Amino acid sequence: MTVPIECRQDETFVLNLGPQHPATHGVLRVKLTMDGEYIVEAEPVLGYIHRMHEKMAEDGNFAQFMPNTARMDYLHALAFNHGYCLVVERAAGIEVPERAEYIRVITVEMNRLISHILWWAAFLLDLGGFTPLLYAFDDREHVLDLLERVTGSRLTYCYFRFGGVYNDIDDEFITGTYAFVKRLRSRMPSLYHDLVTGNIILQKRLKGIGIITEEQARRYGCTGPVARGSGINYDIRKNESYSVYSEFDFDVPVYNECDSFARYMVRMDEMEQSLRIIEQALDKLPDGPIRAKVPKILKPPEGDYWASVETARGNLGYRLVCDGKKNPYKLKLRSPTFCNLSCFAEVSEGMLLADALAFMGSLDLVIPEIDR
Amino acid sequence: MSIVEETRIALLDLFPELAAADAEARAAAQAEAEAVAEAATADTVDDETEAIEPVAEGDAPAGGDDEVEAAELSEAAAEPEPEPEEPEEDGPRENGVMLTDHAARGTDIDVLCAPDQVVEAATIMDEAGFFLEAITGVDWIKEEKLEVIYDYNQFGQEQCRVAVRTLIPRSEPEIPTISDVMPSANWHERETHDFYGIKFAGHPHLIPILLPEDADFHPLLKDFKP
Repeated sequence: MTVPIECRQDETFVLNLGPQHPATHGVLRVKLTMDGEYIVEAEPVLGYIHRMHEKMAEDGNFAQFMPNTARMDYLHALAFNHGYCLVVERAAGIEVPERAEYIRVITVEMNRLISHILWWAAFLLDLGGFTPLLYAFDDREHVLDLLERVTGSRLTYCYFRFGGVYNDIDDEFITGTYAFVKRLRSRMPSLYHDLVTGNIILQKRLKGIGIITEEQARRYGCTGPVARGSGINYDIRKNESYSVYSEFDFDVPVYNECDSFARYMVRMDEMEQSLRIIEQALDKLPDGPIRAKVPKILKPPEGDYWASVETARGNLGYRLVCDGKKNPYKLKLRSPTFCNLSCFAEVSEGMLLADALAFMGSLDLVIPEIDR
Repeated sequence: MSIVEETRIALLDLFPELAAADAEARAAAQAEAEAVAEAATADTVDDETEAIEPVAEGDAPAGGDDEVEAAELSEAAAEPEPEPEEPEEDGPRENGVMLTDHAARGTDIDVLCAPDQVVEAATIMDEAGFFLEAITGVDWIKEEKLEVIYDYNQFGQEQCRVAVRTLIPRSEPEIPTISDVMPSANWHERETHDFYGIKFAGHPHLIPILLPEDADFHPLLKDFKP
């Protein structure tokens, strides 16, 4: 005979969050063991859109993998382009012309900006605020139009080439970008900060929720805004300065509160820093070629290479093993959110379900990048 | 001392013989450097007494230069001796700690160790304040080996990336887990198990993470046929 439910000692139950749930922003599933509204145990289940990009890299030649890189983090695709270019250029010893480096930085930062804007919109949608999404998409549209002019696509860019970029930027792009920087600066304080950041409901939902301590961030390998929200001053653009980032004056926002609100503030401040970088890069933009002379089929020498870039979500790493042939012997992708999400189980223990969703939103998950 | 040098010395704990040789070399280098420095100061004194007329810029910079030289000498003496030089060129590399050029390779320190030393290596890295960036495998099918690479990094302002690698037989791919030391290794090890079939002994939850839950294939092995 079964024990009546009211007499059972253990009253936990299992709740499946996802794989089709709006708050998971894609096909992420979380198996939750709940005690009432509190989480006893959480286990993220990944791999619903796993495509085995690393195998595809081994099958084609070096250039053929470039479009794949954009299909991982579709919100900051150019950073994935950039990292892949850096590792192949390091292996093959290719020098990139200065103008190309500047164009790379400008477009990557614009892409970072719209990634943060879209995160902001979707995050607030999770928390129940619909209006900010409309403002955010308005701003995002301007950048998408500008990037479409030079890259030819609107989301999954394949704009960088080994040794440079595919297309030069023109005057219309430059004036348009200046105008956008001005426009976003004027909208930031009123529409972004007054409407949302200062909102008491938002603050109550985020402050003190989802504490990732500095030690936890290190032990789980969290990077990007998640680490910087936990008081870790680490940004690859500064600490391991690649491309031409060392020539620009920008700050790395760091918050010590370790909660969801700290991560929110890091991203909001980063938008302003991206604007600063774009402006300086446009001011200093040198003339010259946009692509180095590179053979069609690359055959880098044997060896083992690593390159990292800072994406909107953190530290993206590529490990490339070459055996002197025209295709990579092995290409490993270290995607930032894969590591950032791995702390979810530990941090969400004992949390209210609604808080856990706010916390998950503050991690800025992009599922195709986790699943690769 | 730079963080790269500190980490290199910490990692030498894995290899007692190399560590002893290295300590000796460093002591010798320091003694030499001191001797050189003394000689240098003696030289400058000599210079002062001998060559008063031609020295127009003053003696202080000359002494400073000598010191720099001495420091360079001591570094040059300390670094290459204990390690096998450029092992990739000729034959298989021996276990040990190697400094690599960050601009050319993207890493600063490259360690090759025995499979049962990875936990010790992880402990050393953990105590030094490093975090785990990634774990991955490489299938060297011709040599019948699987390589496991652990990438470490740290949040300091000075860059220092460490790659710890080890080789295991392809027929029996088993290696101890480091997930007790580094919780982030939990998922990375599951992923590497998915792709290469490497068993991480002692892993608490070694089930597929990215592949389907009933997957019994390992797509990144070079002899995998879809």
